[in-house]
Amino acid sequence: MKKFSLILASALTVSALTFPVSADLPEYSDSVDWEKFKGQGVTINVYNWGEYISVDDGSEESFDTNKAFEELTGIKVNYTNFASNEELYAKLKNGGSSYDIIIPSDYMIARMINEDMLEKLDFSNIPNYETLIMDDFKGMDYDPNNEYSVPYMWGMVGIIYNTTLVDEEDDVYSWDILWNEKYANNILMFSNSRDAFMIAEKYLGYSMNTTDEQELKNAAFALTEQKLLVQAYVMDEIFDKMTGGEAALAPYYAGDAITMMADNPDLAWAVPVEGTNLFVDAMCIPKGAKNKEAAEMYINFMCETMVAVKNCEYIGYSTPQKEVPQYLDPELATNPIAYPDSETLANTEAFIALPNTTTKLIDELWTSILTANETAPWTIPVFLLGCLGLSVGINVFRTMKKKRNGM
Amino acid sequence: MKKIANKLYIALVFIFLYAPIFVLIANSFNESKSRTVWTGFTFDWYVKLFNNEVILKSLGNTLIIAAVAATISTILGTAAAIGIYNMKKITRSLVINITYIPIMNSEMVTGVSLMLLFVALHIDLGYLTLIIAHITFCVPYVILNVLPKLRQMNRNLYDAALDLGCNPWQAFRHVIIPEIMPGIVTGFLMSITYSIDDFVISYFTHGSTSQTLPITIYSMTRRKVSPEVNALSAIIFVVVLVVLLIMNFNDLRRTKPKKKKEAAR
Amino acid sequence: MNSKSKYVAVPYLAWMVIFIVVPLALIGVFAFTTTVTCDMEGNMLTDEEIAEYEAYCEEEGIEPEYTERTIFTVQNILDVSKYSSVLINSAWLALIATVICLVIAYPLAYMISRMFYSRQKLALMLVMLPMWMNFLLRTYAWMTLLEKNGLINKFFGLFGIGPFDMINTQGAVVLGMVYNYLPFMILPLYSVMTKIDDRTIEAAQDLGANGLQVIWRVVVPLSMPGVATGITQVFVPSVSTFIISRMLGGGTNMLIGDLIDLQFLGNAYNPNLGAAISLVLMVFIFLCMSITNQLDNEDMEGVLL
Repeated sequence: MKKFSLILASALTVSALTFPVSADLPEYSDSVDWEKFKGQGVTINVYNWGEYISVDDGSEESFDTNKAFEELTGIKVNYTNFASNEELYAKLKNGGSSYDIIIPSDYMIARMINEDMLEKLDFSNIPNYETLIMDDFKGMDYDPNNEYSVPYMWGMVGIIYNTTLVDEEDDVYSWDILWNEKYANNILMFSNSRDAFMIAEKYLGYSMNTTDEQELKNAAFALTEQKLLVQAYVMDEIFDKMTGGEAALAPYYAGDAITMMADNPDLAWAVPVEGTNLFVDAMCIPKGAKNKEAAEMYINFMCETMVAVKNCEYIGYSTPQKEVPQYLDPELATNPIAYPDSETLANTEAFIALPNTTTKLIDELWTSILTANETAPWTIPVFLLGCLGLSVGINVFRTMKKKRNGM
Repeated sequence: MKKIANKLYIALVFIFLYAPIFVLIANSFNESKSRTVWTGFTFDWYVKLFNNEVILKSLGNTLIIAAVAATISTILGTAAAIGIYNMKKITRSLVINITYIPIMNSEMVTGVSLMLLFVALHIDLGYLTLIIAHITFCVPYVILNVLPKLRQMNRNLYDAALDLGCNPWQAFRHVIIPEIMPGIVTGFLMSITYSIDDFVISYFTHGSTSQTLPITIYSMTRRKVSPEVNALSAIIFVVVLVVLLIMNFNDLRRTKPKKKKEAAR
Repeated sequence: MNSKSKYVAVPYLAWMVIFIVVPLALIGVFAFTTTVTCDMEGNMLTDEEIAEYEAYCEEEGIEPEYTERTIFTVQNILDVSKYSSVLINSAWLALIATVICLVIAYPLAYMISRMFYSRQKLALMLVMLPMWMNFLLRTYAWMTLLEKNGLINKFFGLFGIGPFDMINTQGAVVLGMVYNYLPFMILPLYSVMTKIDDRTIEAAQDLGANGLQVIWRVVVPLSMPGVATGITQVFVPSVSTFIISRMLGGGTNMLIGDLIDLQFLGNAYNPNLGAAISLVLMVFIFLCMSITNQLDNEDMEGVLL
């Protein structure tokens, strides 16, 4: 996986050199027959991360991706959000709801492939994959044979901080700062286990893909210690809280940091030197999808250069598309947060799918971190028995009283 | 002195109850998207509300589900109440005890248990499951409102109607129904209210296409509640206020003469 | 009506069995089972065996194959005790919220019940009106009020006081519970107090009882059924709430409702454990209710326990 980031770095430096001729955006390609489903009343269910697509924000050049797709193809998009990979997994595993498109991250795609939860894609319906996706994003570890996924965006995790609330002498380029007691009650933390454990593992100097039980337990211990300093465990709530100046420090995704910094100039971004996670989010079709072909058309649509440019500019994430960088707003295309230098990239690692036993252990540890407050295991039975005793006691007392009064 | 203290106390409690609602309504007129900074007065959010498909669609879903669920619950519950009323004592208390469960139990457990059932039966979560779930927690309210009315009713009325030549259906239609009507109406209104307001049970039983308003609001609270929702809640507030005021006014008009009569006695 | 008309309840009885009894039984089933990984012959595998087998497959370059089997276990129920602190914490916060509700609501309900009739109706309407607004929105509005840069801190800031840390504390969670469920306490209290005849109170006064004695000897005993209902109606939803703690407590004060959500639709998928926690929660709630029912002197037909 390390290979990936190095290649990526070289690819990006090349594209950075050949930049920036911001031309007019291309129209929709005629790679597929967009009107195939027109008038058939087809609806697809798209399940995506929150704040992860361009929507109408009322400004002049705003672009509503789903609406544009509906207008072009006549397929109705029913769009809903999840907040984390684990939540997506639970929703799918639990059953009962059917989706046509999901956008999980790398390690979750690998896990879902393992558990036979994804449908193989028919790439003849997604010609844009072949022509428009950078070769570096093909044959990735999570989907080595390019069967199940089409990359949507990539990015990395770092620390977003409020310059008015963080002392200059404190080193934000280290995960240590998230354990600094000075910022007690001023730190926001990931509410999903994988990202939270990644930070603790890097803080302790382990691999973010460790399966060592002791290392995981140490990481969990570090997170439990950190809990005393954490103001809240959040995912998308972070936008509101960081732009509103509610907290000083929060680890989050690079693209979202760009969005938040645009809303609040006091915010800044740092990538810790201990290393961090590099992720790819890709579009997949889950098993049981009802409109597979329409879903593939949606994936192809998302790969259209024009659409991808609009999405990138709106959400601030980094693109895996060949032609997108030359059309991007130069400010974003040269933004080191979205497109970091090769040195930063070399210091990143990607998640891999962990064995089931490790995933289970992490889930358990995470639940116990969130519920931390050690009490003896016998408290619940004693508690319940106490309630029962009280209830019976009152009953007996009352009956005796009644009898006495009766006499 | 004591009176002033009383009034002050009542005022304080009402301030507590209404403070957040005023924040909501105030923000629906706030030009800025921020919740705490006031930049200027605007009606924009009200205009945008009527162009916001997601909110309008989930509002529509909520109303349809509430109407369907309340209607079915009322019919099912009224029939059930009449049946239960005529049962033997042991069966009756057993059935009533089970009926109490969805009311007494935590909504969370009810929601989870229904979700497990739907998933086990391979029913896709959607409108159907939402309606079933809503009926399940609404029927008990109908039963518990109709049963007391049946108990208050004079048992002989029905027999008298039969003696006077009614067939059982006529007797039911013209004697029993009018007697228990207030209970049925209350049950229906309670069902509608609980169905519109329900979040927890819907959260566990909704599907990808059948989001109700509380579910949509929930997914918004995880990022940022758009001011359009504030506008919607301001509208709901005014509508409910007007409805309650009218009901209150009618109620007073009807009860006044009665009070006078009582006084005269 | 004759005994035949009991058959009109049959559709409901069927409904009741399918959608009340069976789902609860399912919770029991989930709580006492777990899914284990087996080899192709259906023999259970331990974690070590799986690791060994996977290493072997890796070497040989073949896909590991498994089957799954559901077995009976009490492990889930035992595991719940790991999270006893959450149950205790939930019960404790809910208890505090219930007591605060009772303290706030009792005088209020009494005052309302002693008003003129038209005023009573108006006051009741004002109590019920907030319940018509979506509770998530109201709770969200409390966030706006309680935040560090929120309205309350801004208000105090005008006088140079604060800012106070109010959001994401246990206090904020209790406040959210009190706020959301206060009307459920006021209404039942009011409905029993309004039945207390003014003449009863006057009689007590005539017989020489002072104000406090009137309250303690007359009003309190007569309002006991309302107290019982109110306590139940506030305590049960408070103890199992899962949104209030997330919105106002920041996820650091996890309650039992959040824990259940986490196992079903959250970040740690484990429906068996979730069902076990739900089962414990249910038992706990029914035990609590059997206690509050004792407060209620009137023997209601069919009330549990």
